Amino acid sequence: MEGGFGSDFGGSGSGKLDPGLIMEQVKVQIAVANAQELLQRMTDKCFRKCIGKPGGSLDNSEQKCIAMCMDRYMDAWNTVSRAYNSRLQRERANM
Amino acid sequence: IKRHVSDELRASPRRTMAELDEADEAELQRLVTAEQQKAQFTAQLHHFMELCWDKCVEKPGNRLDSLTENCLSSCVDRFIDTTLAITSWFAQIVQKGGQ
Repeated sequence: MEGGFGSDFGGSGSGKLDPGLIMEQVKVQIAVANAQELLQRMTDKCFRKCIGKPGGSLDNSEQKCIAMCMDRYMDAWNTVSRAYNSRLQRERANM
Repeated sequence: IKRHVSDELRASPRRTMAELDEADEAELQRLVTAEQQKAQFTAQLHHFMELCWDKCVEKPGNRLDSLTENCLSSCVDRFIDTTLAITSWFAQIVQKGGQ
């Protein structure tokens, strides 16, 4: 049984759908959307940090900066994620 | 993200949804709600990064030093404090307006 985007909802001819299998597709779509969002924002931030006056091409220092920036962006993401999680737990404990 | 979840579920024609019994549909709703909550969390992270990266990160180096890490953590907490302050201020305004 075919769903949208060519995905198979696991009907296997019996006519019964599996919520678990549907959710697998949904999770993949969400992950793809999130990755796109992440890359777009990372590109924006790293362009601002690493490229001064745009030249004819990316020079060595700019390329190196971008490479480090990508890693630091992910480090920052993890730090922010931990901080937010902690805060949420603290707020829940206070409720 | 909410849009993506709904889009995916709507991508199949009506007949597909009719083949879920009540228990499965309730289960699906439960799972969708869980994913929406996760998506909301992630969206907030993107927002924090938008604000806190500029405030805390200078030129990207080989690692994040402790000063930067503390700044990022504090940034999250101070933003939430700001949100709470403004929310309670607004609630007071609304309350005064009603009297």
